Amino acid sequence: MSDPNIYLPHLMRIGKITQEAPGVRTFRLEFVDEAAASAWTFKTGQFGLYSAFGDGESTFCIASSPTRKGYIECTFREVGRVTAGLADKEVGDIVGFRGPYGNVFPIEQWKGKNLLFIAGGIALPPLRSVIWNCLDLRDWFQDITIVYGARSVADLVYKHELKEWQERPDVNLLCTVDPGGETPDWTGKVGFVPLIVEQANPSPENTVALVCGPPIMIKLTLPVLAKLGFTPESIYTTLENRMKCGVGKCGRCNTGKSYVCKDGPVYTLAQLNQLPAEY
Amino acid sequence: MADLYQLSSASLDALFAALTADGRRILAPTEADGRSELNPVTRPDQVAKDYLQTTLSAKETVFPKVERLLSYTQAPGQVDLVDAEPHAVPTVLFGIRPCEASAFAALDAVFNWDYRDKFFNARLEQLSVIGVSCARRDDACFCTAVGGGPGATKGSDILLTPMAGGYLAEVLTDKGRAIQALAPDLFQPTSGVDKAALLANVPTAFDQPALTAKLPALFDSPLWSEQSLRCVGCGACAFVCPTCVCFDIQEEADKTGGRRLRAWDSCGYHMFTLHASGHNPRETQGARWRQRIYHKFSYYPERYGQLGCVGCGKCTRACPVDMNLQEHLVEASQVNP
Repeated sequence: MSDPNIYLPHLMRIGKITQEAPGVRTFRLEFVDEAAASAWTFKTGQFGLYSAFGDGESTFCIASSPTRKGYIECTFREVGRVTAGLADKEVGDIVGFRGPYGNVFPIEQWKGKNLLFIAGGIALPPLRSVIWNCLDLRDWFQDITIVYGARSVADLVYKHELKEWQERPDVNLLCTVDPGGETPDWTGKVGFVPLIVEQANPSPENTVALVCGPPIMIKLTLPVLAKLGFTPESIYTTLENRMKCGVGKCGRCNTGKSYVCKDGPVYTLAQLNQLPAEY
Repeated sequence: MADLYQLSSASLDALFAALTADGRRILAPTEADGRSELNPVTRPDQVAKDYLQTTLSAKETVFPKVERLLSYTQAPGQVDLVDAEPHAVPTVLFGIRPCEASAFAALDAVFNWDYRDKFFNARLEQLSVIGVSCARRDDACFCTAVGGGPGATKGSDILLTPMAGGYLAEVLTDKGRAIQALAPDLFQPTSGVDKAALLANVPTAFDQPALTAKLPALFDSPLWSEQSLRCVGCGACAFVCPTCVCFDIQEEADKTGGRRLRAWDSCGYHMFTLHASGHNPRETQGARWRQRIYHKFSYYPERYGQLGCVGCGKCTRACPVDMNLQEHLVEASQVNP
């Protein structure tokens, strides 16, 4: 048998579990097989299929940066059978991982540019990989601005990292919660993400914007970016359609002619404008 | 260029015996309860006499309805994975029609365009195809509109065309020559046979290249939801289709272990694209019907340089609400973007 089994996952041991928000966890995963660990690489933007043995596989981004070696991280919300199976796991338990799959954020092309990250809710994980990748290569870039919002203070993910970004002089973090989602001691902003972006008034000049969030946030943020002068070529996002195989065969993740698993998940707005809105 | 031979009807007995003696399973259309399906046979008299096509397609020989991709045992802190090996036996498909024979290339395109699928490949490697040309057709057939024909050779290792006293045999590939070599005396060299005169006349009802060129501009046409109003989303079209390859991956397991299975799926199902959030990129049956047409007639040619439809008409014959693929394609051909 010359071809390997492309559906066979790597076995990963859970090294750390972080409770991020209600129902949302981050797993740090380490390869059980050390040879596989040293041979394995990925680039920011890529995704994988994560197995809860006994329940099945689900698709999530790789939420950690490729600059942080020796492990990968994924962040997921418990919503279905597989994520419930994953949520039952404890440190030391084994899960499966196939990947990396898909295309990448072209950060090499962004050298010398300003970066504007805009994320909402549980959509920060894919951008968190890029953020840490870029912070670990901080000299490559000019200003780095992060606008992140969630429904409530409790729903913000990566709370300790938000604090770290807040304290860094080389990062401009604008953290916000929806009106009514603030707590008495909340010192961040209150308001929907598109409004906060508009108030921040970032210059489109030499700037790349990365937008990831729920459809309504994206829908309302894109016109703001357009108004600010951002071109469709300078706006990036990452799609997460339902997948089973991750390798361009099972036939469900396409948006028009484009397979999210192969041609994506990273797209510029200019590319998305050429595709039907099947996402 | 194929080598041309005549094969007498009587010599099929010896051919089947030679194939069986060589350790090959022969699958051929057999008749039961008024329909033909592929089943193991050892003698030509077991083969259905007057079949147009089987109801199900031959894809199951290389892409089973359900197959194991892997299995495992587990205990707390421990998982042991077991790779799955496809159970691929040397198989000769006898008597499938040229449309279906040509469908293996469409499956091959998906299973190997980037990552290679060992399960499909192991079975395809073990498969030889003795196709039989069509002397008749029905209203569901439209092979000639999609690049095929009632005597097309693509995908067959040997193509037999029925003629008086037996068959015109075209030996087309190395696999075909290997079969010929098992019983070389049965294949009598011939020439001058008018093959076209032996074939059904399949009219071409629409201009497929023109339709394919037009589809991107028709994406937002109300046509697709209109055509889909009858669709009950049963998925029969996908299951009988020789090129439909979309699949699901499911777990069959308990706390101590289990197996991961691949199973046929259909883009006609609501859950096919349903996100965990409840959002569905193809929310309506119209969007799902459009996906079916576009996958086969637009996305496939763009990505793989070939169509995802062979015009066999199985979907039309199987549809419980009489959706006729050819009629829908003709209609789409007549709509202006």
